[in-house]
This record gives sequence, structure tokens and C-alpha cells, in this order.
Amino acid sequence: MTATATPPTIQPDGRVVAVAGEGAAPWRRGLTRRRVLWVVLIAATVGAYLGFRTGGAADSDDAAAFRFFTDVRNWVDENRDTSPLFLYGFNYLRLGVRLLVDAVQAGLYGLGFAGLVAAAGAVALVLAGWRTALVAVGGFLAFGFLGLWAESVDTLVLTTSAVLLAVVIGVPIGVLAARVNWVSAILRPVLDVMQIMPTFAYLAPMTLLFLIGEPAAVIATLIYAVPATIRITELGIREVSPTTVEAATALGSTSRQLLTKVRLPMARPTIVLAVNQTIMMALSMVVITALIDAPGLGQNIIRALERVNVGAAFDAGLAIVIMAVVLDRITTGAARRRPAAPARHQRPTAANGVERVGAGRRDRWRAAGGRNRWAVAAGTLVVVVVLAVLPISEDLPHFSFAVPVNELTGWIELHWYDGTEWVKNVVSAGLLDPLEGVLTSTPWWLFVLVVAGFGTMASGVRAAVIAALAAAGIAGLGLWQHAMQTLATVLVTIVLTMAVGIVLGVWSARHDWFAAGLRPVLDAAQTMPSFVYLLPALALFGASRFTAIVAGFVYAFPPVVRLVDRGLRDVPAAVVEAAVSAGSTPRQLLWKVQLPMARGGLLLAANQGIVMVLAMVVLGGLVGAGALGYDVVAGFSQREDFGKGLAAGFAIVLLGILLDRLTQGFHHAKGPR
Amino acid sequence: MMRLRTVASAALILSLTACGGATSGAGESTPSAGAKGTVKLAVNPWVGYESDAAVVGYLLEKKLGYTVEKKELKEEISWQGFETGEVDAILENWGHADLKKTYIEQKKVAVEAGSTGNTGVIGWYVPQWMADQYPDITDYKNLNKYAGLFKTSESKGKGQLLGGDPSYVTNDVALINNLKLDYTVVFSGSEAAIIKAAQQAGAQKKPLLFYFYEPQWLFAQEKFARIKLPPYTAGCDADPKKVACDYPDYDLDKIVSKKFADANSTAYQLIKNFKWTNDDQNLVSDYLTNQGMSADQAAEKWVNEHEATWKPWIPAGS
Repeated sequence: MTATATPPTIQPDGRVVAVAGEGAAPWRRGLTRRRVLWVVLIAATVGAYLGFRTGGAADSDDAAAFRFFTDVRNWVDENRDTSPLFLYGFNYLRLGVRLLVDAVQAGLYGLGFAGLVAAAGAVALVLAGWRTALVAVGGFLAFGFLGLWAESVDTLVLTTSAVLLAVVIGVPIGVLAARVNWVSAILRPVLDVMQIMPTFAYLAPMTLLFLIGEPAAVIATLIYAVPATIRITELGIREVSPTTVEAATALGSTSRQLLTKVRLPMARPTIVLAVNQTIMMALSMVVITALIDAPGLGQNIIRALERVNVGAAFDAGLAIVIMAVVLDRITTGAARRRPAAPARHQRPTAANGVERVGAGRRDRWRAAGGRNRWAVAAGTLVVVVVLAVLPISEDLPHFSFAVPVNELTGWIELHWYDGTEWVKNVVSAGLLDPLEGVLTSTPWWLFVLVVAGFGTMASGVRAAVIAALAAAGIAGLGLWQHAMQTLATVLVTIVLTMAVGIVLGVWSARHDWFAAGLRPVLDAAQTMPSFVYLLPALALFGASRFTAIVAGFVYAFPPVVRLVDRGLRDVPAAVVEAAVSAGSTPRQLLWKVQLPMARGGLLLAANQGIVMVLAMVVLGGLVGAGALGYDVVAGFSQREDFGKGLAAGFAIVLLGILLDRLTQGFHHAKGPR
Repeated sequence: MMRLRTVASAALILSLTACGGATSGAGESTPSAGAKGTVKLAVNPWVGYESDAAVVGYLLEKKLGYTVEKKELKEEISWQGFETGEVDAILENWGHADLKKTYIEQKKVAVEAGSTGNTGVIGWYVPQWMADQYPDITDYKNLNKYAGLFKTSESKGKGQLLGGDPSYVTNDVALINNLKLDYTVVFSGSEAAIIKAAQQAGAQKKPLLFYFYEPQWLFAQEKFARIKLPPYTAGCDADPKKVACDYPDYDLDKIVSKKFADANSTAYQLIKNFKWTNDDQNLVSDYLTNQGMSADQAAEKWVNEHEATWKPWIPAGS
């Protein structure tokens, strides 16, 4: 089957994983021997733990790794006006980015209020159809109604600049990685670091290299978002059907023709999805870059946080959610809108494939629908120009949700407190404390051995060795205790996320009305900046690890629900019918047929949940969860803690690699990622 | 302005490519510091600072005719801005001996511009209702007696002392060890976390012992009582591991970039002269937070009502 017929599963963090539901086969072999091995391994672990557990001495404030990072920083600080690396490298980079930002800014502001609204509608109409166009126009008007027009445009400028750069840099690298295996192998750990390393850890030195303001903000955003572009592009190119490529080669295509006429056009829908994910990632950086004076909605949120004004933060957060939804609908619409593509892709016979090579471009022009679209585009272009010239001000009547939101949260904070405190205490005492106790009192070498042992069983020797090395690396950074505390919080968050995610996912797979109602909630939970709901969470749960768990949960459960939903819906209808006609009750159908068959999807959801929860560790540092998150935040705030902060950032990356490699065996994502 | 900058940075790239190397400040729109034109004020993320910036910015614009560019930055990044020419002045600096050493003594890019007149008080606080209910709780010697009240899910069976934002000075861990208190520090990690906890402690009548500071707009809303620690004497906090005394009062001061000071413009003189009391600042902060005014509205209101205070800041002959 061809790749384009079943689109790949692409995660909100831009990781790409194999299609769900394929992971069951190797588990059937040698089941009993495996079980015995598991039991032996568990017994040995418990025995070794009881024999060797330690008192869990606190981490020192002065480890070799911390000093090393501080020295690096000092070197940069001293040499950035003399070293050629900076004179000819970073500084030009900044000038170039500054040019780009200014150009985008001049363009978007030049359109004016009415012009930009119309332009958004026109782009949506051409790329994704009239429904999306309505959403886009409504969304952009909403920025005006919220009284946040200028801020929204500023945010849009930064996001657009970062995404443009990510596409220009990421797509070629993705293509290269798909064609040259060693490039891909080298890139993988680099991309892991870029994606998991908390921005807080490098934001301060960033301003040393790229100065305060937009260029530094765009580059920080780029570092976070470009891995998604690279990974998904790589996947798209790799999934181009080999039969088609062979056929084209047999007919004498040069390798350049292969790339521009076969691979890139066929991978187009996936590359558009790469852009979509890049946009979502870039938008999630809006708030943090406000701390280095990046203009836009992030500043409203930071200021509202200082004044402990949830309502004001909510307005700005809502604008970000709206922007995310509009951009998401436009790009997913663009990815789907490939006239008649599925029919042609389904039978990639040699003749068929080659026919496509030449005919692709003409096709689009010839299709009647296509001609309409260009006519419509020309028409809207005229409208946009007219509106841009007309002096229409963005001075709409303002609607703010600040007052009702403040009243509602105030009421909740006052009346729910006893209940929420009880929940926090039960989870902390019953689950979090025991787990943290075990993890922090395990000597590091035992932990490394256990990771290696269980990793080999679950994911194979290679993944286990990498995971064990990551564990050893954490110990080497001198942050063992903090890393284990963070790990405990992360694990509890995962359990909670999975429990709720599976229940909601099952419901949503069984009832379409529920799925439809849930979708906007999931969208909002994923794109609403967490800084907005931090204040009510703090009021209800206090400064505690549990608040961090709640924040991580809100961020991570949407993809879990979506993956579970999709995994269950992917169970072939024939199988379900057979089970029903054999007399299964709905309950039996779920437990005996659907869930076991969707196992791949469930484990995949767990793997993705872990990565997303790790992204919230730093936020935990801001709400009393301490450990690695606090180290990173402190490193951002105090010059002398910089080394420790960066080391903590790397420890989070290593935790991410450890958990990812331990769980990857479950879902066979050893291919392109 | 913007177009101009684009053209200028394009030209810069070309010219620099020709003659080699771009320094870290190249290409940004940096009108020579201190010339009648733009004053770049760093705005650090707490409301008291915003009040300073609101009033100083308002006076610079309305009375002296400057353009004011406010940059929302964390403290350390503001100091970096002195070096790159992106920040002219920091209006409320809390200590930061390490940064002073780096940027004033070593790099010589910044200079002190005198006190703001505000006194920064750091200490341990409890909500007022606790001080009313347990009158002896405000003496540190009695804290152990009440440790059980302050237990939380985070405090590992001891009493909880809620610590502050990592940007601020703290000796809390050493204090607890050296005063033999049955408490543990839980690091809240942000100002918002402490404020929210303090608000809830008042509203829900829940016990809370926390690290806090004045001037702080929350004091205009609610009452908190400070715990008496062994009094501060000069040098008692010399060794951070052996501290067993209260925090000193901080004389909050202003820091400006060396270029800005050397130009000695009227803007620099105004910032140098700027001096007011904690009450003044709290009043403007109250306008900003509890009365929902914008920075300009709050500054205008204060300026109209306190001419006697700000008149002397305006440099003679301007």
C-alpha cells in the first residue's frame, strides 16, 4: 500500500510515529519464557533495591558540570565582540533575521485591519475552502473585538517569521535526512535536544548572542519548532512509494527529476502537515519569548500574571487559541485539498505512477474546480487590495471576558478549595511520596542496571543501551536526586493522563456527538498557554507538585484522547461486526476485541504523553514542584546559577530520551522519526 | 521609521560584508544614548517596578519631551542590555551584588544612579488572622510550637515555609538549619505562586508561613504580620551557610548605562533625581492592580496629585 493512502500519525510535538495498530505480532512469540524473565527481573530489582538503598543525600550546589557550563557562558560573554565566530557568524544571522521580521511586519501592518482580515479569508478560501475562510475571517475579527488587534498582529509576525525560516531550513534538511541514512542518524539526538531542552535554560544566553527583542525571540522559537519540520518532512519523503520511484527511474528520470517531479509532489500533503505542526509549536513559544521583550500577546499574559488577574490573561490566551485554530484549519485544509489525489494514489502501478510525473501540474490547471479556485482567488485579491487601501480602523466595540472569568474563578477558588486540597493530599501521600521515596533512595548504578535490563526486554538491546547511558548521564551531571523527584512527578502525571485519556478516548470513539463536542475542548486545552490557567490551579492546589501534575495533565491529555479514539476507530469494521454477530455484549466488545486490537495505539499514546509531560516540567518549577524545573528557572533568574540551570536542562533532555527509548519498542517506531 | 531601519540594516549587512565583521550591537536602531530622543527603560516583571517606570516614563515624555521605549525584561537580561546599548536605565534594583560586580566593576558599562528612596524589606510573614489568633507566633522562637499547623503535602512531615521567586535573595534554608526550626523550605518558584497562596491563606483562613517583601501592592489589599527573626547586624550574613539573622533592609537603587550617564542629558538627571517613598509607590501600584488603570492613567493621576514630590526631580533649566 502506498504511504499517502494512510496518512502517518503525527504528534503535536512534531514527532512522527508509525501507524497505530501494527504492534502486536512479536509479542506472541515465546510468551511464557518472556514472562519468566520478567518475573526474575522484577524479583532481582526488588532484592537489589532492598539491599542497596541509600539515604538519598541532597545534590550538591557545585558539580563539575555546572562549572563547565558557567565557563562556557563566560567565554561567550567575553569574546562575542572579538571572536570571528561572532563577528562573521551570529551577528549576521541576527541581522538577517531582523530583516525578515521587519519585512513581514511591514507587510502585515501595511495591509491594515480590514486588509489583513480579508487577506486571511482569501488565503483560507484558496487553500482550504469557504468554510475555513469564514472561520479565518471570524477569528481575525475576534482579535479586534477582544481589543487585542496590535498584539495579535505582532504575535502573528513573529510566528510567521519563525515558520518561514523553519520551512526554508527544515524542508531541505528533512529531504537530505530521508535520502542519506547517516545524516538522519546524526540528526536524531540533535533534534531530541532541541525539542526537549527547556527554552528557559537557554533564553538568557540567547540575548547575549542575538540581543534583546524580535531576532532572539524568532531564533528561540525556531530552535523549538524546526525539529517538527525536519522530522515530518523526512517521514513524508521516506514514505513515497518505492514502486513509483522505481518506475520513474526505469523510464530514465535523473535524480533531480526524481526529487522535484516525484518525491516532493508526492510528499506534499505530509510536508503541509509539517508546516501545520511547526506553526503549532511556534505559537506555544509566544509567552516565554515575551520575557526577552518579544512583542505581542505574550506580554499581556505576563503582565496579567504579575497582577494576578486571570481574566486579563484569559483574553490574551483566547486570542492565541483562536489564532492556533485558524492557522490549523487552514493548513490541515490545504493538506487534504488535493483534487482527486486518493484515487490516483491507490494503485501505484508503474504506468500510473509515471503518468503522474508529467501530468501533475497540468492536472491542477485543467481541473474545472481548479479554474474556479483561481478565479475566486483573483476576485478576493481585488477585495483585499481595496480593503487595504480604505482607511478602516480596527476600533471595534470591545468585548472582554475578564470580568466574568475573574468572578467565576474567584467563586471556584473560594468554594472548591477544601475538595481540591483533599484530592491533592490523597494523590501526594498515596502515590507521589512512595514513588519518589523509592526512586530517590535507589543508588544511581542500580537504576542504570534496571533500566538496561527492563529496556532490553521491552525495546531491544540498542534502545536499552541508549536509555542506560542517558540514566548514567543524569548521574554524571550531578543532579540525581532532583532528576528522580522530577521522574516521580512525571510518572504520576502519565498515569493520570492515560487513565483519563483512555476513558475519554473510548467514549469519543463510540459516540460521534461526544467526539464532536470534545474537539474544541481538546483544541483549547492544547493551545491555551498554560500560564493562563496557572493562577486558578495555584489557588486550588497551592504551590505543590500536584499543581505541576495538573498543568502537565491539561497539556498532555488531548493527544492521548485523539490517539485512543483513532486507535479504536481503526479497528476494522469487519472484526467488530464478527464479534457482535458472535454475541458479544458492548462491554465484551470493548475489553476483548477493541482495546486489545488498539493496543499499539494505546502504547503510542503513552509514549507521546511522556514527551508532552516533560515539556511541562519547567512550568512545575514555577508552581512549587521544585526539582529540575526549579533549577532551570533559577538558572534563568540568577547569573551564578546559570551552570546548574543548563545542566538541569540537559538532565530533562536525558530523562526524555530515557523514557522515549524505554517505550519506543512498544510501537515499532524504529523507522523514520 | 521601520522601513528606514530595514534599509539601514540591509545597507549595514552590505557594508559590513565589505569591511569585515559585525559587532553585537550592529544593525539595531540605537539612537546615540542620551541624546534628546529615545530613553530605553527596562521594565522588570513586578508591579512596584512598573509604577516607577510609569511615573518616570510619564514625566520624561510629558514634561521633558523624550520618547520612552519600555522593554519588558527579567533583571539579568536588563543588565545585559547595558552592554549591548539596548537599555539605558533600570529603575528599581534589588541588591544584585554579582551583577554589579560584572557590569559596573569589570565591564564598566553601567553606573549607579542613586537610591529610589524605597526601602526593600524581605522577611517571613503570616496572614494577620494568625497573628490575632496566636499572638506569640510572630516570634521565631515559638515557631516550632506551631510547626504542625503549617504541614502540607510538600513539607515532608515538617512545617512548610513557602519560599520565593528565584530572582530574589534568600537565606531561608540556612536560617531554618541554624535557628533549629522544625520546618522545610518549599520553593514556590514565582511571585504569582506566593501571592496566590497568600490570598488563599487570607480568604480560606488557612495557615501559611511565607517569604515576602515590601513594597508590594498586595499589602494595600490584605494585612500580613512579619515574623521577628534575630535582628540583623552588619556582617551577620557574610557566610551564606551560617546566616542566623534577619534580612537587612535593602536600599533600592537605580542603575544606568555608562553612555547614558556620560551624556548627562536632562533625562539622566531626572532619573538620577527620582526619589519617592514606599507609600508613593504602593499608591501607584494600587492604581495599576486594584483599580485597573493603564500605566499612563495611573501616572497621570499620581502626577496631578503630587506635584510637590516630583517638581524637584525636573532638572533646572529644562
